Amino acid sequence: MMVIRIPFVTLFGLFFTALFFLVAIFAPLIAPYSYDEVVSNGFWEPATSEFLLGTDGIGRDLLSRMIYGLRTTIWIATLATLLSFTTGSVLGFLAAVMGGWVDQALSRFVDLMMSIPSLIFALVILSITPITITILIVVMGLLDATRVYRLARAVAVDINVMDYVEAAKLRGERNGWIVFREILPNALSPLVAEMGLRFIFAILFISTLSFLGLGIQPPQADLGGLVKENAEGLTYGIGAALYPAMTIAVLAISVNLVADWVLSRTSSLKGGRG
Amino acid sequence: MVDSLIKVRGLTIGATVYPANEKPKDIEIVHGIDFDVAHGKVLGLIGESGAGKSTVGLSTMAYGRGGVRITGGEIWVNGRDILHTPIKDIRNLRGNEVTYVSQSAAASFNPAKPIMEQVIEASVHHGKYSKADAEDRATDLFNQLGLPDPETIGKRYPHQVSGGQLQRCMTALALCPGPDLVIFDEPTTALDVTTQIDVLAAIKRAIKETGVAALYITHDLAVVAQVSDDIMVLKMGDMIEYGSTNQIINTPREDYTRALVSVRSIQHSEQSPEGDAVLTCTNITARYRGTKFDVLHDVSVELFSGQTLAVVGESGSGKSTLARVITGLLPPRDGTIMFDGRKLSADLASRTREDVRELQMIYQMADVAMNPRQTVNTIIGRPLEFYFGLRGAKKRDRVLELLDEIEMGKDYIDRYPAELSGGQKQRVCIARALAAKPKLIICDEVTSALDPLVADGILKLLLNLQKIENVAYLFITHDLATVKAIADSIAVMYQGRVKRYGSKSKVLTPPFDDYTDLLLSSVPKMQLGWLENVLAHRKMESAGN
Amino acid sequence: MGPITGLLAQRIALGLLLLFLVSILIFVGTMLLPGDVAQQILGQSATPEAVANLRAELGLNDPPLTRYLEWLGGLLSGDLGTALTSGQSINETVGRRLGNTLFLAFWAAIIAVPLAIFLGLLAVRYLDRWPDKMISATTLTTISMPEFVIGYILMFILGVQLNWFSPTAVGFRPDADLLTRLDSIAIPIMVLTLVVLAHMMRMTRAAILNVMQSAYIETAELKGLSTFTIIRKHAFPNSVSPIVNVVMLNLAYLVVGVVVVEVVFVYPGMGQYLVDHVTKRDLPVVQACGMIFATIYIGLNLVADVVSILTNPRLRHPK
Repeated sequence: MMVIRIPFVTLFGLFFTALFFLVAIFAPLIAPYSYDEVVSNGFWEPATSEFLLGTDGIGRDLLSRMIYGLRTTIWIATLATLLSFTTGSVLGFLAAVMGGWVDQALSRFVDLMMSIPSLIFALVILSITPITITILIVVMGLLDATRVYRLARAVAVDINVMDYVEAAKLRGERNGWIVFREILPNALSPLVAEMGLRFIFAILFISTLSFLGLGIQPPQADLGGLVKENAEGLTYGIGAALYPAMTIAVLAISVNLVADWVLSRTSSLKGGRG
Repeated sequence: MVDSLIKVRGLTIGATVYPANEKPKDIEIVHGIDFDVAHGKVLGLIGESGAGKSTVGLSTMAYGRGGVRITGGEIWVNGRDILHTPIKDIRNLRGNEVTYVSQSAAASFNPAKPIMEQVIEASVHHGKYSKADAEDRATDLFNQLGLPDPETIGKRYPHQVSGGQLQRCMTALALCPGPDLVIFDEPTTALDVTTQIDVLAAIKRAIKETGVAALYITHDLAVVAQVSDDIMVLKMGDMIEYGSTNQIINTPREDYTRALVSVRSIQHSEQSPEGDAVLTCTNITARYRGTKFDVLHDVSVELFSGQTLAVVGESGSGKSTLARVITGLLPPRDGTIMFDGRKLSADLASRTREDVRELQMIYQMADVAMNPRQTVNTIIGRPLEFYFGLRGAKKRDRVLELLDEIEMGKDYIDRYPAELSGGQKQRVCIARALAAKPKLIICDEVTSALDPLVADGILKLLLNLQKIENVAYLFITHDLATVKAIADSIAVMYQGRVKRYGSKSKVLTPPFDDYTDLLLSSVPKMQLGWLENVLAHRKMESAGN
Repeated sequence: MGPITGLLAQRIALGLLLLFLVSILIFVGTMLLPGDVAQQILGQSATPEAVANLRAELGLNDPPLTRYLEWLGGLLSGDLGTALTSGQSINETVGRRLGNTLFLAFWAAIIAVPLAIFLGLLAVRYLDRWPDKMISATTLTTISMPEFVIGYILMFILGVQLNWFSPTAVGFRPDADLLTRLDSIAIPIMVLTLVVLAHMMRMTRAAILNVMQSAYIETAELKGLSTFTIIRKHAFPNSVSPIVNVVMLNLAYLVVGVVVVEVVFVYPGMGQYLVDHVTKRDLPVVQACGMIFATIYIGLNLVADVVSILTNPRLRHPK
């Protein structure tokens, strides 16, 4: 029985990641109020036993809005990551194994996409399309797929030149066996670690878009939108906007700690079981 | 020993290792070693990989690579205990009293600076010579080491000179400050055999003329026998035997030393080329995609069933390209390949399953020739399943039989490649090739990455299997000792052409063409005085000059 | 200098080609997307006639190629077009705002670049000891925070609670004296510095470590040179190119960071201009700004390429 040592900071990261995901999944059960219910006449009231984090600028319960906001952020980031991941890795593998013009066409197109900063690219697109959750997920997922593509292609190209892949080709194996039995098992670890980083990026990306007013539209809000809503209070010395802001930071740091650990483990695993 | 330059007593060296999923732990890699080097003498440190010879060598400069550190014992250099000396004084010893020549000069020179600046740096830094004097010394050394254009070569950058030349520049770098001791760490291992002999001769001459003492580290006993006065044999961090070069080579006391001395003495009596030709290559000319130069010119060779054709040559001779052409990975521009009486299509994709089954390949690096995520059972079992449809218990039984054939136990069947030693990995690759029941196996430098004793084991195994399975080998190698050990016929390749071809006895019997003479004479022999003898008699200079 | 000139010419040509393709992507890409500019401007309740009129007015009925060529021709002759919403020339506004943005980015870079390189060196010097670990931890934290979060935290603490600096940049006037201008952008500079510092430090550390693990550093150590001499004579000349690469890459990050930071601090620069007009769906402004940001980004990457070509000893001293 092998005991895996988990460093303290990783445990910290695992704990908060799990906590945030549970809150996101069970948001309707946990939140004391609905996200759009005006529960008080005052605005930006300080914390009380009734409103644990106080109220927002128009008298809604801040804690409830944050719980729902967290749910929205995690939900969108997860879907965008899945999209970027499947698109990026499938195309990356395809380019590496097929080579030739397929590889050239895909790689040059990705180069072009990446020569414009993602945020700027997203802004240009969102200036013309209607802003809906689906479109946000698609735009974020596809823009980020370029990074996954580069990694997946690089990893697959590295494996593709290994003698064991050549041995399989000389044996007469079909492409299916080569991709799924020879390349994929060896490419999985770096890709999984990368998935954590892509997820963080998606969280930061959707938060930024919402903060700029180009993401989730009111009365719904994600964490970035909540910062925007409450930002005005800051100049009066009211810190309500800092709660969602810190939540974004803690969420991203926690996932980062876990991803870092996965990455360091996989890079020390040169073959062997697992 | 009063005037001993280096005195080492009870030296132990430790290292920190980082196993996956475990806490880092400290292990001992050298367990208590004693030796002396007198002024002007050369001590050879010999051993296989993991013996700790480089570690011991660097310890005389109080230096450890990575997590390596000296944990006990004494090291005296010129009467000073360097393990209890402040770092400032150690720095004064390094590059001044003791200098170092590494295996890879190409990596050890700073790519951004001209060679001269780096060669004289230590002399000037330690205040031994003025810049002008150091440059004069360096030019003399370049001359002494037989470098071309000794006056101007120092102005060049490292990437502008050849590997053999750079290795000599590194020797000049080590000799320039006029040290008491030079550590040569496998200085000729990365070089082609015909270049090795010249660098070796240059080093030997320089040692003699400057009167410097040296530690000469290598895995090749025949090489160290040419330069050293004494030899110490190391194995897994232990000293096995320590004596004069004459005694170690001619009357070794320990079994391990005897094994090292008698390595590459496998005898295989040649079979005459007759019976059915299993492979006939006719007028093969080939080049790589997108290049303008042919790497193979008009190559024709023939191999008979159950026999071995050795294709021998140095790097760039085209021998591995020939393997790629035969396997169909690189369709030739011209020429035909007949296999077992039928014409093979040039391109792998259009060959039949029978064709690919009967023509198997074994690679140089067994490490990367096996998928690290597959067990031995899957690796050897896949060809059984793929070509013969064996599954489940039947497949497993056959894999066990094959493991037995390669002299490995049954319990290896569920292991992963990472859990095997280098020699075991290569055996599994042999079993994978045999599983297909091939008529021909292409062996591409299959013993080059292995320690000599392990390599011998693999060669013996291959010879045995050939008798049992009646399989033919196309054996690609740069190592003539290997060729002598197993070949029935030989093709000597040079710059993409077959220079000499025929039965083993014919190819190895004079009169030789100039290149074959150079190649054959350059292989170090396990005898004293071999180097001087060869240099006096050979016909052609090597290409590395 | 033969191979170098050739390579440089090739890189610059490639950069120009990339810019050309980006212009196609920005212009044509927006046409292929679902959504109609006229409809978006007027809102869902607009009558079909009104939409048709606006379309005609905007020239949206012309063939796409004609419109693209006109737009590109304008760009090449320095005419960025007219804003839909205000009817003003984009050139005029951009001229003013680009200066402001570059002013902000310049001061952030002046502080961030030397600091990052210094801290990166420090991390390598004290590898795996506390300074290195602390730098790593800080990096992890700032990498995980979006720019606006850092922005609001600093604004709240330094601007509102402590009142050390002006909390927003509303009062920024380009014609004010330098100190006044710097006071109003002090916090934005800090935010941008923090944002790029982390990446730059981490990458500098990696680049120098890579050099320090080379065999020629071991050679230098075995020559008995001191650590300082080794760094100065052997590590530094080989680190220039990777470090310049790191710096350029991060200045490119800065371009993106500027957009968000300008919005947080209400700073009258290009970023705020862009975001404003995305919300207003003013396509010509968005396209013009997009092109400008992409040009800066591609330009910085080009500089990195050029430096690595110029410092490569194999290219400088061909065989």
